[in-house]
Amino acid sequence: MTIPLTKSRVEDKLFQNRYLVDPGRPHIKVRPHERPSANLLALTHVCPAKCYELNDKGQVEITPDGCMECGTCRILCETSGEIEWNYPRGGFGVLFKFG
Amino acid sequence: MIEEKFDAIVIGAGMSGNAAAYTMASQGLKVLQLERGEYPGSKNVQGAIMYANMLEKIIPDFRDDAPLERHLVEQRLWVMDDTSHTGIQYRSDDFNEAKPNRYTIIRAQFDKWFSRKVREAGGTVLCETTVTELVRDAKDKVVGVRTDRAGGAIFADVVVLAEGVSGLLGTRAGLREMPKPQTLALAVKEMHFLPEEVIEQRFGLKGDEGCVIEAVGTTSRGMAGLGFLYTNKESISLGIGCLVSDLAVMMESPYVLLDALKNHPSIRPLIAGSEVKEYAAHLIPEGGYKAIPQLFGDGWVVVGDAAQLNNAVHREGSNLAMTSGRIAAEAIVKVKSRNGPMTKRNLALYKAMLDKSFVVKDLRKYKDMPALLHTNSCNFFTTYPRLMSQAAQNFMRVDGTPKIEKEKATTAAFIKARSRWGLVSDAVRLAFAWR
Repeated sequence: MTIPLTKSRVEDKLFQNRYLVDPGRPHIKVRPHERPSANLLALTHVCPAKCYELNDKGQVEITPDGCMECGTCRILCETSGEIEWNYPRGGFGVLFKFG
Repeated sequence: MIEEKFDAIVIGAGMSGNAAAYTMASQGLKVLQLERGEYPGSKNVQGAIMYANMLEKIIPDFRDDAPLERHLVEQRLWVMDDTSHTGIQYRSDDFNEAKPNRYTIIRAQFDKWFSRKVREAGGTVLCETTVTELVRDAKDKVVGVRTDRAGGAIFADVVVLAEGVSGLLGTRAGLREMPKPQTLALAVKEMHFLPEEVIEQRFGLKGDEGCVIEAVGTTSRGMAGLGFLYTNKESISLGIGCLVSDLAVMMESPYVLLDALKNHPSIRPLIAGSEVKEYAAHLIPEGGYKAIPQLFGDGWVVVGDAAQLNNAVHREGSNLAMTSGRIAAEAIVKVKSRNGPMTKRNLALYKAMLDKSFVVKDLRKYKDMPALLHTNSCNFFTTYPRLMSQAAQNFMRVDGTPKIEKEKATTAAFIKARSRWGLVSDAVRLAFAWR
């Protein structure tokens, strides 16, 4: 039953969505770290928009452009201080046509 | 810059916020509603099924102009393994009534309509405005909000926090704890568009009739999860949700689960040829009664998903949201009518009224269910679905095996998988949690 999924397919999904990106003002930031915690590492899989990715050094980076503002990463990683999560400025971010 | 002072500020224009804002505005209160999206609904995600009774209590004639998709005449509850589904379904012509009980809706459209009603009732709705913090006075009473718009704070006698499930403002202000990964599900959903007549043919529907399928089973890969398929007028909402804590431990990707569900032999033919026009994700409160936080304080109340008011067993959320918004508003109107200050003591009326409603009564009934399903997720979401499929197939396949042997094999399979004690204990715990 496992369907192999590549990054491009998540991007295909996100491509359907409407966003108004706030250039230079990412609403989520990952705190610089040496090694990610289990929860931060899990975000590279669990984030439904695949915003979180591992870099060559094994650190987790974020590109929040495709973020659907579900808040999962905030629930998993804000308390530990590993990420900083704020709402995008009014009008920016994902704009659901159907929701 | 807004210099005037309001009777109430409502943060958020989802179900609970709109219900609260509408109820207060139509009772003559001066209401300001703040929404961070471009339009009400643009940040909101739901399956979505809307229950008429709870909306009738707010807007009795909503059927005249609300954007409704289909009224439900059929519900299928499926238990799936990798290649099959079994389950029960209920369809009744009784649901084809003058005032149907349940409708599918599309939230972005529905919320725009609801917000128009708020404005018609006299409420001021300000979109594209993110509330950045709550303003408190020297005695720690919430007296207003600050936003990302130019200008200072906006003041009100009471602030209604209808800010949604993750509840950034309330948790950051220390009014309640952040919900835990084990009490939240992450759901992802796609909107599959198909011609109206194709949907009607595939599900045996006519006119505005609708059908929903809800499915547990191996599609959630041992995690506590639920797949769903809702028929709209010209589209199908298809999605799956799993507990955040399970997803994090299993390092599973929700879109992988969704694609597997789409490719399941029982689902694939239902969406064949569709055009996907949106992919959405959202958190759903799953903690039930035990996850309900402090609901009121000096100058504030919290409603809807932000208050974790969701009945996971019956998959009801927006009706609890609407009802909590309405009840909070009625409590505020009552306090106001006695010229009472919006203190914690006076706003306790909201909780007293909510406790008497179906919202808290239903959640209390199932208070032990989340823990049961979440700690035994592998049994309830994988082992039993597989066993049920085997049993059904064994029962239906005619292959010359004597029936008595078939029955023995099915019984043996259940005992082997869970042991006699395990089966009895699962049944007893389920019965107690349901009671």
